[in-house]
Amino acid sequence: MRKNIGLKIFAGLVFAFLLVPLLIIIVTSFGTNTTIQFPIKGFTLEWYSKVFNNEAFMDSFFLSLQVAFIATLLALIIGVPAAYSLARHRVFGRNWIKSFFLSPTIVPGLVVGYAMYQFIVIKFQFPIIQGLFLGHFLICLPYVIRVVGSTIEQLDFSIEEVSWTLGCTKLQAFIKVVLPNITSGIFASFMLAFINSFNNIPVSQFLSGPGVTMLPTSLMNYIEYNYDPSVSALSVILMLGTIVLMYVIEKTLGLASIS
Amino acid sequence: MSYVELKDIRVSYDNKANILKDLNLSIEKGELVSLLGPSGCGKTTTLRVIAGLIEPNDGEFLVDTQNLTKVPVHKREFGMVFQSYALFPHLTIKENVAFGLKLRKEKKNSIDKKVKDILAITGLEELGDRYPKQLSGGQRQRVALARALVIEPKLLLLDEPLSNLDAKLRLAMRIEIKRIQRQLGITSVFVTHDQEECFSISDRVAVMNKGVIEQFDTPEEIYNNPKTEFVARFIGFENFFELTPTEEWNYKAVDGTVFHSTRDWEPGKHTGTIRPDDIEITRNNKQNENNMVSGIIKVRTFLGKSYQYEVETPIGKLLANKTDDVVYQVGDEVTLSMPSHKLIIV
Repeated sequence: MRKNIGLKIFAGLVFAFLLVPLLIIIVTSFGTNTTIQFPIKGFTLEWYSKVFNNEAFMDSFFLSLQVAFIATLLALIIGVPAAYSLARHRVFGRNWIKSFFLSPTIVPGLVVGYAMYQFIVIKFQFPIIQGLFLGHFLICLPYVIRVVGSTIEQLDFSIEEVSWTLGCTKLQAFIKVVLPNITSGIFASFMLAFINSFNNIPVSQFLSGPGVTMLPTSLMNYIEYNYDPSVSALSVILMLGTIVLMYVIEKTLGLASIS
Repeated sequence: MSYVELKDIRVSYDNKANILKDLNLSIEKGELVSLLGPSGCGKTTTLRVIAGLIEPNDGEFLVDTQNLTKVPVHKREFGMVFQSYALFPHLTIKENVAFGLKLRKEKKNSIDKKVKDILAITGLEELGDRYPKQLSGGQRQRVALARALVIEPKLLLLDEPLSNLDAKLRLAMRIEIKRIQRQLGITSVFVTHDQEECFSISDRVAVMNKGVIEQFDTPEEIYNNPKTEFVARFIGFENFFELTPTEEWNYKAVDGTVFHSTRDWEPGKHTGTIRPDDIEITRNNKQNENNMVSGIIKVRTFLGKSYQYEVETPIGKLLANKTDDVVYQVGDEVTLSMPSHKLIIV
């Protein structure tokens, strides 16, 4: 087999370009320097302990976790039946609706955030927490509809029909036959939506208010006044979390089938 | 009245073209009836109307004198076998088969016994704890059949159940289906586009074309006595020529040759048809009698046990088969004679 050296070098460069900054952050999080500097002078875990002792970080971390979890759950409750309906029924304007549900992944986050700000905060004056749930629910929904929808489309429709002939009502068929066969899609969409909600900056930024800060916002606030490596430490913790989730998705469904 | 009655069933999508046009079909208890036809003829639609998966725009559907036209699919108690087998991937074979019984809230003992019995009948005893993807095509087919039969359905519906199997297995499975159907005495409707499969398995066959039943008869009747040109074509009558009726059982072809047929006579029919196997081919003797026509061989095709000759005659191109004891050449002048008991008028 002919080995293409040029291609290998090029691929290596691209990977380096993507990974080196991350590596630097990981390294600096263990450094004894008081600002984020590379290379580091000595090794310490001080910045990690600082992160865990920072109340603003911990509060916003648990708030982000809570918002992401509840928003994703809501998105599943609404999104799975919607995805089913779009996949199975001849809904009027089905393709149009499908592209519409993709739009939040295409439209710039800032625009989505500002639009939500206009409606959720200014027009309808939702309380802050509920507004955050609603906003994050809306950014989670497209992932659920898209991922679960593609899983349902891959499912042989005749297994539903056969369950009807065996005596299932449509609802029973959905619960006994469809749901058990789309669990991988539901799980994957849960992970994806969760990560997206958790890492989302614009929507959180626009919808949060006094006393309610989401983690990315809290992180940005911190960087404005401090430039110490606890920011790196926090980033490493978040990266680890994301890597674990992605690994779980890859193991359950395979990333290729949802991207 | 028959056990199953379809009366003036009409199905159209979006109220445009009719998929089924005033279809009538009566099936007796215990009978296996096939719906045979090319794709798009409406045979699967008919089956889905019977199953309750499609609601007809017009017409009535009765089983055992009960009008089921408006009864939803899950209350009809019919067993259905799909082309793709449609086994539940997340359940074992036993659980697949027990699915319908569990919905009926039967006692566990009774479910276990029925599942065991049907697995024995379908030859699946050993496979109860496996999952569908661990099974071969033929085995999946049996599971689908077992699952449909275990609920003791009033009707068994089979939608091209053998078309995903290889040729050898298909042959074995159709004998198997027939055996089980007989053993349980269950009224069945079988959809297929395979003529041989259909003839071997069915008590009666409905040949369908463009949403209507062209002929509903025993396989022998359909094979030997097609009533319409479509049916004749579909079952291998390859020669068709225009005739003008002169008096009962007598016709004149376009070149004036007189044709005589001893088969069923019906006024208004005027197309002669005959299988290539039934035409006798001889060297041209220049003195044609009735039912004979001369022509020149244009194409010769080797079929194995015989040759097929395409002969250009004054009444049109005709195909005739002849065993290889006498072999003619392209360009030879020959006479084709059509025995009056083999010539059918459609």
